[in-house]
Amino acid sequence: MKRKALSLALTATLFTGSLLAAEPKTGGNIVITYQNDVATLDPAIGYDWQNWSMIKSLFGRLMDYKPGTTELVPSLAERYTISDDGTEYTFALKRGVKFHNGRELKASDVKYSLERTVNPKTQSPGAGFFSAIAGYEDVTAGKTQTLSGVATPGDYTVTIKLSQPNATFLHVMALNFASVVPKEAVQQWGADFGKHPVGSGAFELAEWKLGQSLVFKKNPAYFESGLPYLDSIRFEIGQDPTVSLLRLQKGEVDIAGDGVPPAQFLQFKNNPQQKSLIVTGEQLQTGYLTLKTTMPPFDKLEVRKAVNMAISKDRIVRIINGRATPANQPLPPSMPGYDSTYTGYPYDVEGAKKLLAEAGFPSGFDTELYVMNTDPQPRIAQSIQQDLAKVGIRVQIKSLAQANVIAAGSEKKQAPMVWSGGMAWIADFPDPSNFYGPILGCESAVPGGWNWSLYCNKAIDAEAKKADAMAKPEEQEARTALWRKVFTDIMDDAPWVPIFNEKRFTVRSARMGGDDALYVDPVHIPVNYDYIWVK
Amino acid sequence: MLAFMTRRVAYSLLILLGVTLITYLLLYMLPADPARQIAGRSATPEVIANIRHQLGLDLPFYQQYFNYLKGLLQGDLGRSFIQRSEVSELIGARLVPSLQLMGMGILFELIIGVGMGIIAALKRDSFADRLLMALSFVGVSSPQFIAAMLFLYFFAVKLGWFPMGGYGEFRHILLPALTLGLLGSGWYSRMVRSSMIEILHQDFIRTARAKGLSRARVVFRHVLPNAIVPVIPMIGIDIGIFMGGLVVVESVFGWPGIGQLAWQAIQQVDIPVIVGVTTVSAVAIVLGNLLADLTIPLIDPRIDVKKH
Repeated sequence: MKRKALSLALTATLFTGSLLAAEPKTGGNIVITYQNDVATLDPAIGYDWQNWSMIKSLFGRLMDYKPGTTELVPSLAERYTISDDGTEYTFALKRGVKFHNGRELKASDVKYSLERTVNPKTQSPGAGFFSAIAGYEDVTAGKTQTLSGVATPGDYTVTIKLSQPNATFLHVMALNFASVVPKEAVQQWGADFGKHPVGSGAFELAEWKLGQSLVFKKNPAYFESGLPYLDSIRFEIGQDPTVSLLRLQKGEVDIAGDGVPPAQFLQFKNNPQQKSLIVTGEQLQTGYLTLKTTMPPFDKLEVRKAVNMAISKDRIVRIINGRATPANQPLPPSMPGYDSTYTGYPYDVEGAKKLLAEAGFPSGFDTELYVMNTDPQPRIAQSIQQDLAKVGIRVQIKSLAQANVIAAGSEKKQAPMVWSGGMAWIADFPDPSNFYGPILGCESAVPGGWNWSLYCNKAIDAEAKKADAMAKPEEQEARTALWRKVFTDIMDDAPWVPIFNEKRFTVRSARMGGDDALYVDPVHIPVNYDYIWVK
Repeated sequence: MLAFMTRRVAYSLLILLGVTLITYLLLYMLPADPARQIAGRSATPEVIANIRHQLGLDLPFYQQYFNYLKGLLQGDLGRSFIQRSEVSELIGARLVPSLQLMGMGILFELIIGVGMGIIAALKRDSFADRLLMALSFVGVSSPQFIAAMLFLYFFAVKLGWFPMGGYGEFRHILLPALTLGLLGSGWYSRMVRSSMIEILHQDFIRTARAKGLSRARVVFRHVLPNAIVPVIPMIGIDIGIFMGGLVVVESVFGWPGIGQLAWQAIQQVDIPVIVGVTTVSAVAIVLGNLLADLTIPLIDPRIDVKKH
């Protein structure tokens, strides 16, 4: 009986679901604009928000996400199994998958692609993600070109052995860097493969006029039947975002890839005609202020807590026209492990003054704040500066180019405070570990790392390692709970002031169909091209 | 003539060498680390060191610069750090649109500037003269970004006379070229005006008028060819100024030119592209000046290059 009720409820939801969302239509050609050149479409190299989703649509990977969500599903893999100790993954590949050049995709291609990304000669910015695979060090050290941990017992079976259990490994196999590429095409084009991509994705590259436009056309042999809905996408490059919006209103453009420039945001949003064109979504992003825990006076816990209490996050959110929500912990709300019951440090100027006095700074101190020099970051830094002045902390703002702030961030004797805006941190994949290791873990608290607080708590590090080793499906709930505890424990040490979680805005023309979630997809950033369609 | 040319070419080469050295040195001293940028945020120090070595960034400066020059002589400008494609390919794809826009822009500058200059000189001290000179002053001093945006909004969005950005057809080039032409015409109109006024006072003009030639014939046959001489080297200099304006105007109008490439490369600290664009721009400026020097004697035989 219970089962019947459940299936009834299921059909009911499915039915209303299909009534609400109109049936997708196949066909149609759309135009998308971007300001910057598309850097490269080589999946081992492309690592910016603009080519991220393009590469996802051109190439297939063993794992992918359900459209519009952060839920992992097999993609090129038909199914997978994990050994009991969590160190061996066996993927069974779908049969009959074809590359754009017509050749069938086999297990050896998966092995080749992983080895290519890890090979130091490829200079892939994503090589480090694969460090869990057995034999990784030998390849990066140049001793061999083959990963000993990856084996292909058959044409349609890949086994991957890890040097230790790793709960994020399936996410790693869904990263663009794990895309499967055909060896012959890579060898034919060499370093120019990024301009002549050949994959097994929903679209194939039909034309690329350097600096002007790219045309993606539908892959008729795509392994997910019925997809993609669009016949072609034309990306027009070099368009100023303001001009793109004007063209979109005239009906010449379907998606303004760069969104709404900050200066026009309120005007655009408050216009009743244009309001319906904006799609708002969450982002796996946190903007934060780092406090260098090794550098006096920020080595004192009271001082770090006082700074946490002295900054008005609401005011900063108002400065950026409400394009974010205030944050109280490192994780963004849509990340598993976010603690919705945690309230963080209150905004309390008097309390902050008291803490400073207790720490021995009744009249405050002088310090510096490093910030990237493009709008709105310096304005945010000024707001922080004013807030801290109220408790007696005199801040000098150092507004520099992005690369220079990053270089100074991890230096021991520099950058006591860094505002992360415009540089860090957006998750590579939807797992809390991605918000710990690279920016709060002990390993990254080194010169050249991204842990700009140089924060290192050995006890928390041990717990994080434990959480990362919990790879079995039945352990996932306990793992999420453990991560939740790790991040609130970190806030007790207050190495950061979490400021806000940015929202995302995509502008699309009225004729575009498909769920709103596809236009602010948390993984296919910025838009999931495979599932959108024309009304 | 031959000696003059050899000397000029030698100077030009020296200038180019200086430009590459200064650009390379400035970018070398930048605190940003290209190897770290390529390696991404998940890289270990060993990976970064490995990439640095592969790119030759661990070599001392003089060796890096020498390697660059060696490549340059073979037409190899290196590969972009960000896009990983050949810099020469990136620049090559954008050179033609930029040259088209530059050519049309200078043409509009000349038509508007020389036209305004003639009218102002003939109607000297009248209301028209003052208005034209005021306008040219406004044009020269207005910020290109705002002016380009205003033109785009007014002529393309409100009036719909021109397409909003894009590249490929003749109609696409008109508005950006007109913007460049209107903004830059002030230099020419002021120069043509003053040199025409000077020539209008010369004896041979009075003679021409006295022998009964029509006003139009005097202006176009006798005044203009003499008044135009200082404009020729001005075009050469203008190519240099144009390079700066192109960066802005191209990005507003979505023109796929070299200025846009430079703008993006600077934002991303893509050193090989920045050095490449600077070198190519320097070549364009030096060539422009050289051509101007060589064409003057063809127009005004009184100027003798042998004496210089």
